[in-house]
Amino acid sequence: MTDRVLAPFGRRRCAVVANEATGGYRLISALDEGGPPPRAGQFYMLAGAGWGGTGGRPYLPRAFSVAEAEAGADGVRLDFLCEAVGPGTGVLAALAVGDALHLTGPLGRPFSTPCELAPGAAGAILVGGGIGIAPLAILRRALAERGVPQRVLLGFRDRAHSGGLDLFRCSEVRTASEDGHTGHQGYVTDLLAVLLEGDDADSAAVYACGPAAMLEAVRELCAARDVPAELAMETPMACGFGSCFGCAVPLAGGGYMRLCVDGPVVRAEEIETAMVAGSGH
Amino acid sequence: MSPDLSLELCGIRLEHPILNGSGTFDAIAAHRAFGDAVDERLPFSAYVSKTITPERRAGNPPPRLYETPAGMINSIGLPNKGLEGFLMEDLPDLVRLPVPLCVSVMAPSRPGFAALVERVGQRDEVAAIEVNVSCPNVKSGLIVGEQPGETLALLEVIRPLTDKPLIVKLTPNCSDPAAVARAAAEGGADAVSLINTLRATGLDPTTLDPWLGATSGGLSGPAIRSIALDQVRRVVAQVSIPVIGMGGIETGADALEFLALGASAVAVGTASFRDPAAARRVRSELVSELVSRGLDRLPSPHVPSTST
Ligand SMILES: Cc1cc2nc3c(=O)[nH]c(=O)nc-3n(C[C@H](O)[C@H](O)[C@H](O)COP(=O)(O)OP(=O)(O)OC[C@H]3O[C@@H](n4cnc5c(N)ncnc54)[C@H](O)[C@@H]3O)c2cc1C
Ligand SMILES: Cc1cc2nc3c(=O)[nH]c(=O)nc-3n(C[C@H](O)[C@H](O)[C@H](O)COP(=O)(O)O)c2cc1C
Ligand code: FES
Repeated sequence: MTDRVLAPFGRRRCAVVANEATGGYRLISALDEGGPPPRAGQFYMLAGAGWGGTGGRPYLPRAFSVAEAEAGADGVRLDFLCEAVGPGTGVLAALAVGDALHLTGPLGRPFSTPCELAPGAAGAILVGGGIGIAPLAILRRALAERGVPQRVLLGFRDRAHSGGLDLFRCSEVRTASEDGHTGHQGYVTDLLAVLLEGDDADSAAVYACGPAAMLEAVRELCAARDVPAELAMETPMACGFGSCFGCAVPLAGGGYMRLCVDGPVVRAEEIETAMVAGSGH
Repeated sequence: MSPDLSLELCGIRLEHPILNGSGTFDAIAAHRAFGDAVDERLPFSAYVSKTITPERRAGNPPPRLYETPAGMINSIGLPNKGLEGFLMEDLPDLVRLPVPLCVSVMAPSRPGFAALVERVGQRDEVAAIEVNVSCPNVKSGLIVGEQPGETLALLEVIRPLTDKPLIVKLTPNCSDPAAVARAAAEGGADAVSLINTLRATGLDPTTLDPWLGATSGGLSGPAIRSIALDQVRRVVAQVSIPVIGMGGIETGADALEFLALGASAVAVGTASFRDPAAARRVRSELVSELVSRGLDRLPSPHVPSTST
């Protein structure tokens, strides 16, 4: 799981094969005839028909974690979970079946297996918040295929900021929501704190993706209990392949990493903070 | 028959006129993402490194990027491994590339520039040195490239230190870039390249505070192309050394405009962020442009210009 899958050099044109609402998000699927199946945690730089439209934005491609991928005879079907928050995600959310989706990828460093993170780790706890549940869906399946036992904890702000739960079909999921519309009323990290008090915490590795504040809370919980954790992070990205140096994340020892090539999956102890200015919305 | 795109620039034979803009394509990082395909299909006829400085630099605090209409503002702040780090770690990796290597350098002082030019110039792997007097992100960089006198004084220090071609990269953030270009030529520069990014700011739409960690940065992309074309036109009219034009080039037609104004070569920068292989498309479109105009080679550089 650890080795990154290399991307073909250059962006390629794919066709959108589905674009459906799932709660407050869109699940956009494209058929990639020119690239390899990605690893869980990798991402693609996406641009669509209508790029550079009204007002000249979006101009740069947008980074998207792959939420699910299935290799078939015609190519790899890639699923992306999209929350429309601005011009780029707005254009992507409105793509119709048959429209062009330009993509570069798979990019970045994927998730590790629990035993790669810590020799004693046998099980996985997946913690997702909001749109950050996307890479955990493909991770869950990859872990299941390796027979790694797992628990999935997903948190949402409210009904409008939730969706994509179907991606976790056939697994037991515990949810939390700040408005109480589903599961525990409160934060998903409340659920994590309870799990980490239990017996299996000793042999668990935590995988988290979500808002910066959630990632920071996960980092602190895991550090306090000495549980290994990997975080899938976000920053604004211009290129996605290490060339613009725009995606800086502060390192624990000083200096910065480039999240697009040294991440987006990082070990919790590598970074100084998950609260990187400009990375949230 | 396919048009002949080859040229000689400062005595270096190039297969075609498309380079990369310094700091917009990291061949080492790209190799991590795309593997050997990057080296085998490198879309540039020469590779320009990201600017290196005497000492290691971490770069500016995030956020470092702000998208604008048809462009972007960056406040990257020249992160690099420093001269020694570059020579020991990066240079051995870059010699793998199948094209001539140009190393971009910048220092906060003349002795700093001198050390860079001398050390880099000693390396056989290096074909040319680009002298960045124009990066708007680092306070000290502004001064030299804004003033003809400073530029000439710098060239007088560094010119005797190497036989390698020196390319002076001009800043667009001054009233008379052509005067600075003249000073560079007088000081013995072998070529000038332009434009670097234009000083710019973006606000957080919610808080209305400056968005970038460094408050302001440099604008690039198609948003600056018309300005770049005009500055190239003015510089070409004033110097007889080759001019490398850049600023918002995204298509073969864009590249041809710079060449038609008298640039000897062009560079693709921000467009590579949208598509890492954009320069390859620019090249094939340039061929089509030439064919459709019945040209069998590139326009000849330095068309005499009547007005400035
Ligand atoms: C590795 C990675 C994986 C990701 N995976 C997913 C995913 O699976 N699904 C998903 O939905 N998203 C994902 N994202 C986030 C997604 O890339 C962003 O939401 C997207 O880039 C936003 O673009 P936009 O044009 O819609 O909004 P923008 O307007 O670009 O960004 C929204 C916010 O950014 C700020 N901003 C920054 N620059 C500007 C500017 N110039 N003008 C205005 N506002 C600006 C504002 O505060 C604004 O609220 C991922 C990001 C990364 C780095
Ligand atoms: C993210 C970024 C980093 C850059 N870094 C450098 C640099 O290190 N040295 C330099 O001389 N120019 C640097 N530039 C300027 C480019 O080389 C080029 O001059 C400019 O971006 C205009 O071309 P473009 O519009 O095609 O990008 C940088 C530009 C960008 C966008
Ligand atoms: S997004 Fe350009 S270096 Fe990471």
